[in-house]
Amino acid sequence: MKNNVLIIGGGPAGMEASAQLQRLGYNVILIERESTLGGHLNRWDRLFPEGVPASEPLEALMKNMNGVKCFTDTEIQSINRLDKSFNVILSNGITVLADAVLIACGFDLFDASRKEEYGYGIYDHVITNADLEAWFQSKSDDRIDNPKRVGFVHCVGSRDEKAGCRGCSKVCCVTAVKEACEIKEAFPDAQVYCFYMDLRMFGRHYEDLYLKAQKDYGVRFIRGRVSEVSENQDRSLLVKAEDTLSSKPVQITLDLLVLMAGMRHSEAGRRIADMLNLAPEDDGFFAVRNNLTANQQARMPGLFLAGAATGPKTLPESLADARSAAAAIDHYLTDIFPQTRKLKKLVKKNG
Amino acid sequence: MVDFGFSLSPSSRIDLDEFDRKTFDRLLALEPDAKKCMECGSCSAVCTASRYTETSVRRALHALRNGCGAQAVEELKGCQFCGKCTMVCPRGINTRHLILSILKIYGAL
Ligand code: SF4
Ligand code: SF4
Ligand code: SF4
Repeated sequence: MKNNVLIIGGGPAGMEASAQLQRLGYNVILIERESTLGGHLNRWDRLFPEGVPASEPLEALMKNMNGVKCFTDTEIQSINRLDKSFNVILSNGITVLADAVLIACGFDLFDASRKEEYGYGIYDHVITNADLEAWFQSKSDDRIDNPKRVGFVHCVGSRDEKAGCRGCSKVCCVTAVKEACEIKEAFPDAQVYCFYMDLRMFGRHYEDLYLKAQKDYGVRFIRGRVSEVSENQDRSLLVKAEDTLSSKPVQITLDLLVLMAGMRHSEAGRRIADMLNLAPEDDGFFAVRNNLTANQQARMPGLFLAGAATGPKTLPESLADARSAAAAIDHYLTDIFPQTRKLKKLVKKNG
Repeated sequence: MVDFGFSLSPSSRIDLDEFDRKTFDRLLALEPDAKKCMECGSCSAVCTASRYTETSVRRALHALRNGCGAQAVEELKGCQFCGKCTMVCPRGINTRHLILSILKIYGAL
């Protein structure tokens, strides 16, 4: 008998884990709320740090989905932990008895309109990182009208206890630098400014991108959090911050302001956690069994986690996390179900 | 003029709308590496002159990025051209050469 594994969430982490578990011989069922697989990756144009089109990793992930049972436009109606398995009722009426469940629900983007002082949804030329990616894809957005002066605001809804998020969202620094370079490519005459508190260029090749932004694109990095934005009569924006490196207030008029909205926990994921009586960690993301050594295990036997369900991650980090989760699930099922163990031994003997 | 017994202090705010891009671009054409400065402060920390005068390559570059040429020149007045700052700059900027160019373009030489 093949074990059933249910994967909740069809973003990169869910897709990668599905493919791995399918190859290991399990019966994989993947459910996704939206009508297509890919999650947030669908909404990216090009990816940091090298500018690879987002469609490339998406296609690579799609290719390995053969044999996985995918239900799109589907959510969890109820989920119960039984003795050794989970009884799950899906919104399409199907009931699944799963021996292991992987939650790969990803993250929600911070709602930038909650930082009212930045005027998202109020002023004409304030957009978010996600809006800008959409524009790179479609080249149509009335708010982007041949701007000559463009600013990026780092840490919007991150590192901000008042906005309900003390933590760093990890990917928005490098995203801002990537998008700043792309804006320069789209509008070579534009002056581009990044307002940052710390530049977190932790990943491989990220520092190269930062250097390129300075050297080849002349992006000006201003160390200081934007404190307020107001709109002038001509719809341009007056932006104020402190230039903390010279301890002086700084102001500038801009034609476009891009807010780097951060990563918050997934509300859909939270609903599932509530059904299972699982308390989140302080940051709102799923609690793991051990933050150093058991990152893919939830605090319930048979329940596993991958990707941004456990906090902000880059794409390669999410994929690596998904592979680890697949291995952890394989170990768990082999340990718990004697027939799975026997089957594995048999396969090994007969080569 | 009537003496009211007080005076207005000039604004210390940096207004980037007033930035003199032409002069700055002239400097960058001569010293493209200046764009690479990440304001780490290594240059200022080793500077022999900074112990006794207000000398700082980092502050000078920063002033230029804010469009304050006169202040940049002021920050470099005490420079002895010893070249120590060039030796430590992690971004490999020839700061000594850069100082000379700044002084030339911003009118002190
Ligand atoms: S990655 Fe950068 S922009 Fe994003 S929250 Fe962290 S410090 Fe702020
Ligand atoms: S060259 Fe000038 S600025 Fe550099 S360390 Fe020597 S005195 Fe200081
Ligand atoms: S040492 Fe180099 S990078 Fe650091 S502040 Fe000085 S000029 Fe800039």
